[in-house]
Amino acid sequence: MGTTASQLRKDLLSEYQELTFLTKQEIILAHKRFSELLSKEDRNLPTPRVPMEKVLSLPELKSNPFRKRICHVFSTSDMKDGSLTFEDFLDLLSAFSDSATLEIKSHYAFRIFDFDDDGTLDGGDLEKLVNCLTGETDDTRLTTEEMRQLISNILEESDIDKDGTVNLSEFQHVISRSPDFVSSFKIVL
Amino acid sequence: MANSVDFNLSPIMELELESLREDDTAQDSMCQLIRVTGTGLESGSPETLEMEVLTTEGRDRMASQMSDVRERADERRLQRSEESMQTDLLVRNRWSAATLRVLSSMPSRSVGQQSRLEIISQCNIRSTQLRRYHRQNQDVSLSSRPRIRGYGIEADSEDVCEEETKRQELVINLQSLSAGDRVRMMRATPLSLAEKTKLRKLAFSDKVGQSLLSSQVPCCSLLKRALYHVLFGCLFILSSLQLWQVALKRLGGRFGTGVLSYFLFLRTLLLFNVFLFLINSLFLVLPQAIHPPLHTPSSHRVTGLELFTGTGYLSNSLMFYGYYTNSTINTSCRPDEATAGTGCGTTSDPHMMAYNIPLAYFFTIGITFFITGIVLVYSMSKSFGRSFRVFKSQGNLAIKVFSSWDFKVSKKMSVRLQSENITTQLKELLSEVNGGEEEKGRLSGMALHLLAWSISLGSTFFCALGIHCFAKHMHLRRLEDAEGEVSLVHEARLLALPGVVSCGNLLLPGLFNLVSWMENYNSPIVRLYVSIFRNLLLKVSILGVLCYHWLGKIAAEPEQHGLQCWESFVGQELYRFLLMDFIFTVLYTVFGEYIWKLFSQGVLRRRRKPVFDIARNVLELIYGQTLTWLGVLFTPLLPAVQIIKLLLLFYMKKSSLLVNCQASRKLWRASQMSTLFISLLCFPSFLGTSVSVIYTMWTIKPSSGCGPFRNLPFMFHSGKQWAQELKSTNPKLAWLNWVHSCLVENPLFLFLMAGVFLMVIYVNTQVLDGQRKIISLLQEQMENEGKDKKFLITRLQAIHEERQRPLSPSSRPQPQGSEV
Repeated sequence: MGTTASQLRKDLLSEYQELTFLTKQEIILAHKRFSELLSKEDRNLPTPRVPMEKVLSLPELKSNPFRKRICHVFSTSDMKDGSLTFEDFLDLLSAFSDSATLEIKSHYAFRIFDFDDDGTLDGGDLEKLVNCLTGETDDTRLTTEEMRQLISNILEESDIDKDGTVNLSEFQHVISRSPDFVSSFKIVL
Repeated sequence: MANSVDFNLSPIMELELESLREDDTAQDSMCQLIRVTGTGLESGSPETLEMEVLTTEGRDRMASQMSDVRERADERRLQRSEESMQTDLLVRNRWSAATLRVLSSMPSRSVGQQSRLEIISQCNIRSTQLRRYHRQNQDVSLSSRPRIRGYGIEADSEDVCEEETKRQELVINLQSLSAGDRVRMMRATPLSLAEKTKLRKLAFSDKVGQSLLSSQVPCCSLLKRALYHVLFGCLFILSSLQLWQVALKRLGGRFGTGVLSYFLFLRTLLLFNVFLFLINSLFLVLPQAIHPPLHTPSSHRVTGLELFTGTGYLSNSLMFYGYYTNSTINTSCRPDEATAGTGCGTTSDPHMMAYNIPLAYFFTIGITFFITGIVLVYSMSKSFGRSFRVFKSQGNLAIKVFSSWDFKVSKKMSVRLQSENITTQLKELLSEVNGGEEEKGRLSGMALHLLAWSISLGSTFFCALGIHCFAKHMHLRRLEDAEGEVSLVHEARLLALPGVVSCGNLLLPGLFNLVSWMENYNSPIVRLYVSIFRNLLLKVSILGVLCYHWLGKIAAEPEQHGLQCWESFVGQELYRFLLMDFIFTVLYTVFGEYIWKLFSQGVLRRRRKPVFDIARNVLELIYGQTLTWLGVLFTPLLPAVQIIKLLLLFYMKKSSLLVNCQASRKLWRASQMSTLFISLLCFPSFLGTSVSVIYTMWTIKPSSGCGPFRNLPFMFHSGKQWAQELKSTNPKLAWLNWVHSCLVENPLFLFLMAGVFLMVIYVNTQVLDGQRKIISLLQEQMENEGKDKKFLITRLQAIHEERQRPLSPSSRPQPQGSEV
């Protein structure tokens, strides 16, 4: 499952084409960009891993407030350090591609927004999410009162079984009502 | 049957209560359980119970009824204390390990964790559904992302065994699916790529190294494979032809989805025009170009102005209607034998191909309009379906929070802007949801709105009136000029009317902006819709006046206006309008946007650059396209002009955007807006033009001196004549004529079609209504399930706590006398 120094094997290419939503050109481009991120000695390893800092230096992810969560969600590393292999990278691009289904996108969006990885979006997750959306600077953040109101409104609207958290099905139900989600949940290299 | 249920329950309950009254706390809790459950079941219909009681046994039941009332009061008290205990238990959150284990393996929570279990089970279910088997699969496990379990409970060993068995099941299921389904299934599973390759190897170990898409299938689908290859080749070509892909990505990254929708709309219009141009040139322009008609060469001075006015040597060219002959071209004919009115050679010779120009003209225009109409309606319905929500919820806060972040945006500045945008929107929505709008000075608000509307409507009316009078004046001047020498000034005067109209189109929207700024709408969406409506009204009224002028006055009495060939004249007018519109847009972009930016940054010292006005620009595009569609009948090559104009417009707007403007701070609902644009393109624009084209073809007499329809009473008579000819020459095709007369000339058919459409619409709305009702019922049911869940958790915890508590005097049963 590794890649040779500069070229992607043909059988791997066709396999990736089948298993992801990416086209051939996109996979080749992804391979090129991934190889640029690798350091020289890593290139000869069978399954090289790129540390999270290098991944975050990609221009498409550099300014994204969810970049760290994206790396953590797609990483298969045992040490949970957010490092990505080439296949993880392809998974990332596939989920964010044009032709990915709403189901896949909403699944991964849920995992990205689940900051504490407990399987549901509770009040803490929602607060962190809103803070990511509104930005780093202080003048754009919501006040505590507004935050509390916002979270209670969100839970009122989306928590159907009233258990105080938003689980995956409820999240997908909310997303299915939004026509803009599919077009905004996209990253193209 | 609810009554009978209740009736059965109450005697049971009474017995239970009687027997359990002396029990200890453990059984007391059971008693409470039954009571509360009973209350829950009965809560909907205590009245029915009473009714049942009264109607059946009368006096005997009166006594029990009294005890029922007392019981209910007791139950209510118990329920209240029960509820408070429940919330108490939930809030306190000192759950035992057993409770936690149960909680963490609840299906709703493990779905969110997406342990391999749930993913593969869903995958299994879907694949078995595909095979039409009904096997229920339990939780399975295959690794996906880091194994996440709440509260740190470790996996059991039996889970691993389950994993293996379920993996085998999935492998078997996958092997039995077809290739396409397999690919789709694999792609749509949210597992990691490593896992998917493992699965693939297991399932297709005999086919390692081969692509699933080209797997061996028996002989007759060699054709299928070839078809696949051709299809993929075509798709590849189409995708590489994606015009301006890189530029659009850059624009989207910097300015967001709103501005991107304008450019995507531009690209759609370009494709429409390319289609029009190709069909026209293939069937109309090329044949006529190959066999040019005879005409007396007129001496025209070649000045550069012809390009703008469309007169001079251009008026006798392929551009305009007047050039086309009404002859039938036969391929064996020499061009100089073609005479007006008769075909050359004999048409009965089967080896000669006869190409009837008037017929071709009529049918080409008709068919292009028909196909354009169908494509428009189809894309409009698709776009509408995407943006319509079946169940309109109260607020949009959750949707806004979950789906408003545009991941495409990559520049730091734009990301910051987006954050600001979202903050403003969230704050606005919050204040809307909580406070509602203040009713400050309703009367003065109404008066202001009235004033604003009267200003805008009045200015539109006066603009239209002014154009009407100016057009009449210009015609009189032209008549005077035509009597004298043809000079440059006279030619230039032809450009006056288009210039005035474009000026009006440019200035009045600015006035509308000012007026709406004065009105100070609370909601930006209402403001946007109002401004679009006013602009639309302006353009519709201008075009209406012009159409009345051309089709109503000029076409009806061409001699009065000194024209031999009124169709060419109308075509030239439209050509001039299109060009002037483009020139004014260029001027506005250069002077308006660039100089305004310098002004606002230099003089007004604003930090922000001006914002790209999407609505106004899109309406300009729609106006240009309307002119093109109006003109296609009279100027077959007008789509080519529009194509060139759109191409230039794209690059100009793009560079102007990058230099002058910045991303908007306003709310932009991209998908609803693109639905709006397509429907504006379809309804006022395309419908209006097709109505005017049909009106021209059916009711206006074509000029007798020029064009393919000379000497015919109406344009559509060419089709009629051909049908009659066909009937006489080829009686086998007579049924076509019959079909034609049945469908087109008989109004009953149209009524029938309209009736069918209305019925379909009615059925669909009823289905929609029913679905809404079902959705609300299901939501209620889900809420009740949630309440049940809460209740069971608290009972579990309470029982556990009871067990933990050492036996103490407080747990002894209370003396019975105080209860009744």
